[in-house]
Amino acid sequence: MSVNVKELSKRFGGRREVLGVDRVSFECPEHRITSLLGPSGSGKSTLLRLVAGLEIPDGGAVFINGDEVTQVPVRERNVGFVFQNYALFSHMSVFENIAFGLKVRGAPASDIRARVSELLSLVQLQGYERRLPDQLSGGQRQRIALARALAIRPRVLLLDEPFGALDTQVRVELREWLHQLHEQTQVTTLLVTHDQEEALELSDHIVLLKDGQVEQAGTPSELYERPASAFVAAFLGGAKIMTGRVVGGQARFADDALTASVDLAEGSIVEAFIRPHDVRLAKAKGAMAAKVARVERLVRVGSFVKLAVVLPDGDRLSVQMQNDEFEEHALAPGDNVLVDLRRAQVTPRINYTI
Amino acid sequence: MSGAVSRVAVSSHRHERAALEDGALARRLLIGGATAFLGVVLLLPLVVVFSSALKQGLGVYFDAITDAETLSSMRLTLLAAAVSVPLNLVFGVAAAWVISKYEFPGKGLLTTLIDLPFSVSPVVAGLIFVLLFGAKGWFAPLLQALDLKIIFSVPGILIVTTFITFPLVAREVLAVMQAQGCDEEEAALTLGASGWTIFLRITLPKIKWGVLYAVILCNARAMGEFGAVSVVSGHIRGETNTLPLHVEILYGEYHFAAAFAVASLLCLLAVATLIIKQWVEWQAARHRAGGHEGIAP
Repeated sequence: MSVNVKELSKRFGGRREVLGVDRVSFECPEHRITSLLGPSGSGKSTLLRLVAGLEIPDGGAVFINGDEVTQVPVRERNVGFVFQNYALFSHMSVFENIAFGLKVRGAPASDIRARVSELLSLVQLQGYERRLPDQLSGGQRQRIALARALAIRPRVLLLDEPFGALDTQVRVELREWLHQLHEQTQVTTLLVTHDQEEALELSDHIVLLKDGQVEQAGTPSELYERPASAFVAAFLGGAKIMTGRVVGGQARFADDALTASVDLAEGSIVEAFIRPHDVRLAKAKGAMAAKVARVERLVRVGSFVKLAVVLPDGDRLSVQMQNDEFEEHALAPGDNVLVDLRRAQVTPRINYTI
Repeated sequence: MSGAVSRVAVSSHRHERAALEDGALARRLLIGGATAFLGVVLLLPLVVVFSSALKQGLGVYFDAITDAETLSSMRLTLLAAAVSVPLNLVFGVAAAWVISKYEFPGKGLLTTLIDLPFSVSPVVAGLIFVLLFGAKGWFAPLLQALDLKIIFSVPGILIVTTFITFPLVAREVLAVMQAQGCDEEEAALTLGASGWTIFLRITLPKIKWGVLYAVILCNARAMGEFGAVSVVSGHIRGETNTLPLHVEILYGEYHFAAAFAVASLLCLLAVATLIIKQWVEWQAARHRAGGHEGIAP
C-alpha cells in the first residue's frame, strides 16, 4: 500500500496562508515508515491531513496503492490517523475507543472483542479495557490511539506528531516501541515530525519540507550525507555552512583557520557543511594569535561538551566533544585553539535559489 | 534534601496565605457589600412577593392560583415553553454545530445574528412581529387568505417566545463546542463514522450537560417573558394571557393578594430552576472530575 502524492496544493485564506502547501509531490514506499519532516509552518501537518482527506486540496492528487483517492471522502478512505493530542473519545472506555471503528462498520460483537484484545496485546496494554482515557498516562493514551487507528486495518497509518506532547524520556521509549510495532504490522506509515532525530531514527524515507515545498526527499543517510541545500544540512544535524576557496590543494575557510584536503581545482569556490562533531580542537601553544580560534563558552551536556568557538574572522562555530576527549585537552573559556576539520563535507559551491 | 524541599513548600504556602490575609479588611467590606446588595435587590423582593401573596390567608392564595383564568394562563405559559424550548434546542444545537465545525462564508454574520434577540428590546421584538403578521402587516393578505390569525392569538405568543429565547441554547452550546474543538469528531470521521453517528456518539455525550443547562435557562426565560409577549398577546383573558401578563392584569385591577399569589408561582419556578441548574452544574463538575478518581500506575 504505497502512498503517492502528486502536485498537491492547498492554500488557506487570510493570515494562515503560510501554512499551505504548494505543488508538493512525494512517495511513501510500501510497508515503510516515511517521515514528513520540517520546521513549524512548513506545511507537513497540512499534507498529512490532505492525505487523510481531512482537508480538501486546491489541486493535485493523492493515490493510495495506485488508486486515486483525491475525491474519496475521509470515512471511506480507510486510513488510520493518530493525532498529536490523542483525540481519544473521553467519555468512552479504552475498549469502546478501540472498538469504535469496527462498530460503525457493523462488525459482529464477537469479532470486535477478539480484535480489541488482539490490539491491546499488540500495544501491550492488556487489562486496560475498562479504563477511561483520563485514567491513562500520556504514553498509554497515545498507544491506545494507535490501537484505535490500527483496529480498522487501515491501508496506511498517518501519525501527526504522535509523540509531540510527551516528555523526552517517554518519547524516546515510544519511538523504539513504534519501531518494533511497525516491524510486526508492516503498515505503510506516514509520520509528521519536526524532530530530526525522530525522523532519522524511525524512518526509511524522509521528505524534508520547507515553506510548503519539498526541499529534499530520500533515505535518512542520503539526506544526512548529501544534503541538497544549506537548509537541509542545517536542519539535519545542525550543520554550519561555510564558504571558502581551494588553495594549494586545500580548501581554506575563515581566514585559513579551517582547512581540509580536497581533490578540487585550484581557486574554485567551495562550501563546507560542518557539523558540531566534525571538528577537532587542540589547544594552541605560543602566541600565533592571527590564525587561531578562541573558546568563547562551554556547556557540559551529559556525555559530551558543547563549545562555542569564535573563528579569527569573527564567525562562530559550535563544536561537540566527547567527555574523555575534552578532559584530554583540558580546555577552558578564553583558550586559544586550533581547529581541524576531520570529516566535514566539502563541495564546489552551487548557487541555490531560495 | 527532602527537608529543604518541604521547607520551601511550607514557606511558599505561608506566603500565599499572607498575601491573601493582607486584604482581609477589603475582603470583608466587599463580601458585606455584595451580601447587602443581594439582600436588598434579590431577597427582599422575594420575601415581599410571598408575604403579600399570603397576607389574606391561604384560602385567598389557593383561590387565586386555582382560578380559571390563572389556570388558563398557566396552560398557555407551559405551552409557550413546551413549544419554544424544543424548537430552540434543535435550532440552537444545529447552529452551534454548524458554526463550530465548519468554515463557510457568512459565518461571522450568522454568529452575530444569533445574538440579535438579546440586543433588541423585547418590546421592539414584539412590534417586529406585529409589523409582519398584524392586521396591516406584510403578510396580512396571505394570512387572511389562509384564515390564519397570529397576532393577538396563541401562535404569535409562541413565535415571539421562541424568538426571544433563541440565543440561550445556541450561545451556551456554541461555547461548549468551541471549547472542546473537533479533534474527536475528526478521529471518528477517519474511523469511518457518518455525520449523524458522530453527532450522537461523540458530540452529544460531550455537550449534554451544557445542553441541559441551556434548556433550563431557556425554559425559565420562556415562562417569564413579558415585553414581547405583551405586545403580540392582546391580553384576551382565558385565551392569550400568560402568567406574567396575568400578574399585571390582576395588579392593575387592585387584586394585590391574587397578583402576588400568581407572581409567587413564577418565583417558585425561578427557585426550582436555580436548584436544577445548580444540580446540573454539580453533576457536570462531578462528571468532569470523575475520570481522575483512579490515576493509572
